[in-house]
Amino acid sequence: PHALVFLEHREGVIDSGSLSALTAAQQLGGQVTGIVIGAPDQVKGVVEKAKTLKGLNTVIHSASEQYAHSLPEAVSPLFEKLLGESSPYTHVVSAHSSSAKSILPRVAARLDLPAVSDITSLEHDASSNATTFTRPIYAGNAIATVKAPSSLRLKFFTVRSTAFKAAAADESVQAEEQTVDPVEVPNLPTQHVRTDLTKSDRPELGSASRVVSGGRALKNAETFNSTLEPLADVLGAAIGASRAAVDAGYADNSLQVGQTGKVVAPELYIAIGISGAIQHLAGMKDSKLIVAINKDPEAPIFQVADIGLVADLYQAVPELVEKLKQ
Amino acid sequence: MRPSAVRLLNILVPVKRTVDYAVKIRVNPDQKGVDLNVKHSMNPFDEIAVEEAVRLRERLKDEVKSIKVVTIGPTKAAETLRTALAMGADSGIHVEVPDSAPPPEPLGIAKALRAVIQREKEGVDLVILGKQAIDDDASQTGQMLAGLLDWAQATFASKVDVDPKAKTANVTREIDGGLEELKCQLPLVVTTDLRLNEPRYASLPNIMKAKKKPIEKLTPADLKIDLTPLLETVKVTEPPKRKGGGKVESVDELIAKLKEAGITPVKS
Repeated sequence: PHALVFLEHREGVIDSGSLSALTAAQQLGGQVTGIVIGAPDQVKGVVEKAKTLKGLNTVIHSASEQYAHSLPEAVSPLFEKLLGESSPYTHVVSAHSSSAKSILPRVAARLDLPAVSDITSLEHDASSNATTFTRPIYAGNAIATVKAPSSLRLKFFTVRSTAFKAAAADESVQAEEQTVDPVEVPNLPTQHVRTDLTKSDRPELGSASRVVSGGRALKNAETFNSTLEPLADVLGAAIGASRAAVDAGYADNSLQVGQTGKVVAPELYIAIGISGAIQHLAGMKDSKLIVAINKDPEAPIFQVADIGLVADLYQAVPELVEKLKQ
Repeated sequence: MRPSAVRLLNILVPVKRTVDYAVKIRVNPDQKGVDLNVKHSMNPFDEIAVEEAVRLRERLKDEVKSIKVVTIGPTKAAETLRTALAMGADSGIHVEVPDSAPPPEPLGIAKALRAVIQREKEGVDLVILGKQAIDDDASQTGQMLAGLLDWAQATFASKVDVDPKAKTANVTREIDGGLEELKCQLPLVVTTDLRLNEPRYASLPNIMKAKKKPIEKLTPADLKIDLTPLLETVKVTEPPKRKGGGKVESVDELIAKLKEAGITPVKS
């Protein structure tokens, strides 16, 4: 097998989700090529970093102003050129990120191929050239085992980052580097207008080892922040939120944990004022240690929590912060 | 001199019948799937898509010429179409799949939708559909359809502003870490995220009216498409059970348990 791994980057840093995708690609047991796409000023630095990633044989890269915002309409033709009938690749791999899951299915369909989303394990049988994956369905309430048979010349899949360790860098390795000419798209039908990223000094939610999450019981944006931030600070944790809290405007959409938000699996997950709808559990139940603080003893979150405390969060959380500081 | 023709929008909303979001999923003992003898409803993201189409008409009035809903599914999927018609869509298309057939994959669905679009005499300017279905959680169909048609796409939309005269749409998308705004030329495929709108409940009079709205029935053969899955589902199993239920009585006990687990505060 020969996997092509889509290495996404932001502000010169390779996304941790892509590093997990790289780990998954290595488990296929063959060659692994990484691809870096972006504007000319973005690509160079990222390629240098990518070349030192363990497990990458080759890094290919393509630069164009059209690639600055990874618009699927702009990037897809490049992938199509690389993945044509004479392509050396057998698998196309990416994170299950908002950008990659916009691009990969588009490319797959244009090549008349299906794709497998959000896989949590894989096994490649070289003799039959079939790859078997597991992936959560029904918000993680069932696990499907899916086989991509040898008849599929290219097997597309996106990777759940919490299920695979991020590939490490090793300064002593240097992957081979190749430049690929961009495929310019005349009259691109989509223009990028703006990107508003939520600025935060905290660890990134998707890869944080500790997460403090709040729900509807936090009342409003102000109490959400004033209650959760001190606890997140003392634990060095990322902040997350339930869908209810996001919908009510207490927290930014990028903080949503659940079936349709971020899937996290940190060492420690503290759910505060979260009842634990199945859609929320889908996003956090693989966390190593789950703590729940909720005043409703019947809240479903307690069924998955290792440590449950039935208490008024407005008393319990400040007390917890104070005592942790001591 | 004749006034230049105003381009009127024709909107297509694909919808899927799924197990209701509140149903507790049970995996069948034969490991071939989950228990489907339970309440079904319209995929919640598709409900948001129908709502958005109806709101576009409320904003743009006559500039929205038609809102057509389409479903590809078994006999009972027709109920989902009726729900969409009661919310305000004009007409429906039901591509009927035998009840015994395996569920089609996103690529098959995208091909069916392309075929439906290609037989629309006035064309389709805007397709709005859910960003994912809550059964297979694939999140592929919209992107695949846009790819097959070579159209613009805007996934995970939380705001859609259509300018029919300029034939463009400004779409705000929920992306990892924040928001992104795109300006897309029509024709366009939009997939909906949770915060785009809150779908309405159909009123009783509208439910009655919906019964008289036309639904066209088609087969995959009529569309010359093959919905046979290309991937093989080997089995469907229960996820590993989590042993929860541990309780403590006080914050002090909680802190003791955290310490036991090796969780210590960070130095500030």
